[in-house]
Amino acid sequence: MSTFGTSNEDNAHLSRSDSKAVRRRSLALLGSLIRPVRVRFWLTLAMVVLSQATRVAGPAIIAFGIDHALPALQAGSNGPLVLAGALYLAAAVATAALTALYVTSTARLSQAMLLDLRLRVFRHTQRLSLEFHEKYTSGRIIARQTSDLEALRELLDSGVSSLASGLLFMVFTAITVFALDWRSGLIMLAAGIPMFFLARWYQKHSQIAFRESRVVSARLIVHFVETMTGIRAVKAFRKEKENAQRYGELSEDYRRVTVRSINLNGIFQPGLVLIGNVCVAVVLLFGGFRVLGGDLAVGVLLALILSTKRFFQPVDQMAMFYNSFQSAQAALEKVSGLLEEVPTVRPPKNPVPLPHARGEIAFRDVEFGYGAGTVVVPRLNLHIPAGQTVALVGQTGAGKSTLAKLIARFYDVTSGSLTLDGVELRDLDGAELRRAVVMVTQEAFLFSGSVADNIALGRPGASRGEIEAAARAVGAHEFIAALPEGYDTDVNKRGGRVSAGQRQLISFARAFLAAPAVLILDEATSSLDIPSERLVQAGLSSLLAGTGTEARSARTAIIIAHRLSTVESADRVLVIHDGKVVEDGTPAELISSGGRFAALHGAWRESLV
Amino acid sequence: MSKQTSFFTSIKRLYPHVRPILPRLVLGLLSALLASVVALSIPQVLRVLVNDFLKPGGAGSAVWISAVVILVLGIAEAGLVALRRQFVINPATTVETRMRVSLYGHLQDLTVAFHDRWGSGQLLSRAMSDLNFLRRWMAFGAIMLVVTTLTVAIGVGVMFTMSWQLALIFLAAALPIMVYSFRFRRRFSLVTRLSQDQAGDLATTVEESVHGIRVLKAFGRSREALENFNGQAEELRQTEIAKAKQQAEFSLVVTLLPELALGVGLVAGILLASTGELSIGSLVAFFATAAVVAAPVEFSGMLLAMALTAKSALDRHFEVMDTANTITSPSAPQHPRELRGGLRFEQASFAFDDGGPLLHDITLDIRPGETMALVGVTGSGKSALLQLVPRLYDVSGGAERTGGAVRIDGVDVRDFSVEELRTVVAVAFEDTTLFSSSVRENVLLGAPEPTEAALDEALDVAQAHFAYSLPDGVDTLIGEEGLSLSGGQRQRIALARAIAAKPRVLVLDDPLSALDVNTEELVEARLREVLKDTTTLIVAHRPSTVALADRVALLEDGRISDVGTHTELLARNQHYRFVIASLDECPKDLDSELERELDEMEEAGEARR
Repeated sequence: MSTFGTSNEDNAHLSRSDSKAVRRRSLALLGSLIRPVRVRFWLTLAMVVLSQATRVAGPAIIAFGIDHALPALQAGSNGPLVLAGALYLAAAVATAALTALYVTSTARLSQAMLLDLRLRVFRHTQRLSLEFHEKYTSGRIIARQTSDLEALRELLDSGVSSLASGLLFMVFTAITVFALDWRSGLIMLAAGIPMFFLARWYQKHSQIAFRESRVVSARLIVHFVETMTGIRAVKAFRKEKENAQRYGELSEDYRRVTVRSINLNGIFQPGLVLIGNVCVAVVLLFGGFRVLGGDLAVGVLLALILSTKRFFQPVDQMAMFYNSFQSAQAALEKVSGLLEEVPTVRPPKNPVPLPHARGEIAFRDVEFGYGAGTVVVPRLNLHIPAGQTVALVGQTGAGKSTLAKLIARFYDVTSGSLTLDGVELRDLDGAELRRAVVMVTQEAFLFSGSVADNIALGRPGASRGEIEAAARAVGAHEFIAALPEGYDTDVNKRGGRVSAGQRQLISFARAFLAAPAVLILDEATSSLDIPSERLVQAGLSSLLAGTGTEARSARTAIIIAHRLSTVESADRVLVIHDGKVVEDGTPAELISSGGRFAALHGAWRESLV
Repeated sequence: MSKQTSFFTSIKRLYPHVRPILPRLVLGLLSALLASVVALSIPQVLRVLVNDFLKPGGAGSAVWISAVVILVLGIAEAGLVALRRQFVINPATTVETRMRVSLYGHLQDLTVAFHDRWGSGQLLSRAMSDLNFLRRWMAFGAIMLVVTTLTVAIGVGVMFTMSWQLALIFLAAALPIMVYSFRFRRRFSLVTRLSQDQAGDLATTVEESVHGIRVLKAFGRSREALENFNGQAEELRQTEIAKAKQQAEFSLVVTLLPELALGVGLVAGILLASTGELSIGSLVAFFATAAVVAAPVEFSGMLLAMALTAKSALDRHFEVMDTANTITSPSAPQHPRELRGGLRFEQASFAFDDGGPLLHDITLDIRPGETMALVGVTGSGKSALLQLVPRLYDVSGGAERTGGAVRIDGVDVRDFSVEELRTVVAVAFEDTTLFSSSVRENVLLGAPEPTEAALDEALDVAQAHFAYSLPDGVDTLIGEEGLSLSGGQRQRIALARAIAAKPRVLVLDDPLSALDVNTEELVEARLREVLKDTTTLIVAHRPSTVALADRVALLEDGRISDVGTHTELLARNQHYRFVIASLDECPKDLDSELERELDEMEEAGEARR
């Protein structure tokens, strides 16, 4: 099974080669995060090393004081005493200052890397096509952005400085031991062999445990987010108990994998300590016999053993570092997988500018199917002149929305060509395409922030006057003005306080403000009552006719609506069936010709009485 | 948001959770203490062994005995380290999981109004990172804090026995540290709380950016979303760095002051030794002990920061847990003597807790088995009225008066047990929430008898036959983690869910808005049969939906202004005609019709003013 991108993301037990591949991917990501801050990285390490040196200086100065300053003082000279005191204070100040510096510097380092990664993930998820978002849940993306990044943060905050100082300490101690007696030095180094195997064992097992932990925590988060965003339905259908049970199980799973990874570390870390201590005993044994034989001075043996013991002191911290490293690596495996996903709708390499779109749309031999599955649109040829208002009519699932999404470039056509003003959509500059083509759907999502902010999404930087004009044009001004703080009212989470119809009005105002050359409305008025719908239509027709907010020529509109009141005012009606245009003409023509549209229209008129 | 409470007041609240595991925590603490005692004693034991037993020409058994002693101590040290983890990890993760599950349970119970206010990212950060941190603090931070404090206290005690003068100098440094740590505590608590809140907000932004991805893509606003996210992430980064700076400053003080005191102590000690008031041996021993004490003192900065972070994580946890659930079952729930499904609004009023009143004195009687349509313009309060029935919100009259009541068969809905009430009442909302599970589970969520027949019937009534032709039929996974359905398909599943619940009272909020005319007609024909004995309150925007109803209630500015049959209202109520009638006598001239309606709208608007 491939491990490319996010496929196979939930599998913790990867084959050897797959495991290697994702590890490499994760390390490459880590490397690319360090690269921009490598200067600070080395500077921080230098500070750690320096502070370590001044720290070591302290005891040396004390020794100097006792060995030299004291006799000198007794001999009547207080110079060395003053020197010792001054040096000690200087070393203390230097150590403290350097420590404070590297603590801050480490934070800057880790925060810079985290910000970088956060933005990368955010930008990338925004870039990924809807196709991806439809199968990858929002909860997972949130998990990647929160708990996975948290793991990296732990590594960055905890590890680096302790690792550097620990290593340095070990090197210095090893040199001392070798200087005293190379044979004991060899014994000490030999302890590295079992430690290596222990580390290998730990790596192998903890890797799986940490991968599982990422998978399970993502599951926990997905469930949590789904419950909280769907709380009304949860309550209305008394799903609380079932949810609580499921969440309890997931939490327990999460606990179990957490305990497993901690327990692995609980073997690894004391294991290292044990190997170190056994090594001390061996050095003692080996040296002891040589002392008995007279080959080794007792004092040297004492120094050897104490140094050996000290040599293994930082092993504790290094085990901790390795632990967070494994955890971060597993997290980065998932994050790098997400980043590896390629948007199926790609920005053009050489974007064609289209500063003043007219809104002429042409489908030529267009075929389209979702993924590798069934063909939804078979060979479509269609020309929509600039300024025309076209209604798409047909049964649910006929492919109307698909056509709309193709024009908005939510998807790319599988074959054939789809052009705006003669330019292939996929060659158009992304920003200009979005300025020229705007789609309003049935689900009117509101972001937290004020009502004005939400309307301004249509055109950032619009003045308050323009925002109000847009709201007035669609008949939303009245209810907005009646809100507690008018346009500055916070819509709260998912528009908790405005009704579904009001949300649609706000999202209409958004589109109105954007004033695109091509406006696509996919069931955008379904929640409106009839008077509001009429107001929206009035605003819409003035926008489409070009007499709206700015003086310009007429706009193209693609309208999908079940209520044919919207359709009646269209210039042209296309009846879609199985992705094909089966009827094409003005509403009046189609009604009189007695086809599908005439039947639908008749049924609709009957439904009005 | 953040109320400053004292450290111990906050930590004390952890006690009930920790009490059952307290013995194990104490055992863990003892193991940690013993481990550090053993670690400290190994060098002393070595010294004695080497100096007293190992002499050139001595017995070989002495070497063996020494090595074994050291080996035993070494094993004991490693064993105690492992033991500490064994004692602590399982209980700590259990407490974490328990707190997580109870948080989730409480969140599910809290009112919809609460969830309107709180972004799910904020809640998620409480459930995940805060509790993770708390666990780590319990298992490591808190224990180490005690061990460190004890080590320092014992160390200082030992120092006093060596030289009270020098010990006093050393202790003098503690005074400014204590004063400073007081200030640090206050400032660090503020900034750590800020960073936790900002991290939660950031998660909320991620969540919205994913849920609103279609809107962002449709308007091409990914760049603005990224900028907004960048701004927030940058703020968090700044906060984190400010936090690190404070911690660095603290560690600077904590490292520097004792070292400065030692510097002074060095000079004083040598002076004392030169006058013979202090033996050189004591001087050496004093500084050796000081070196042992210095490390934990330095460490204490980190441990204190950890404790403060744990404290604010705990505050955040209890902030949610302390929010009282206002919609609860009464202590003595009542039932109607016979459940017939009569629904009565009695001077019911409603206002959002921070907004103006939305519904005033609604009095409306719906007879058992009757279908009542609710008609009104967008924002007139229809949805709010519906949500009072299953108690998603409770009636409220604003500050000075009670909000009336909603009764089912004469019993106030607030006197029902919530569970029973929501069994009696089923709802389908306009914005449909489907859960990540199969079609079958979604539809049968509230069904009294989850049988195949019930499923088939519900799907048939809702005209959701498409479910059978999904890839895995009715076992196809839908919802966020499954197949994505179109708006109309989702609505029909949600409608089927409400029908399958077989409620006495059915509340439908414009459940057919996304359906085309033909499907709507079919659904209505079947609904009419099924709803014969079910009391139904249905929000209608279209005459076709009204046709389902026996009577219609007209909601105007939060008041019921008229009740009657569709024909009656059409004949006598101008506002009703305005809201519901889309077909006038001569519909051909659309433009003039529009103008007339706009005039009418203006008049209505003026009259309202």
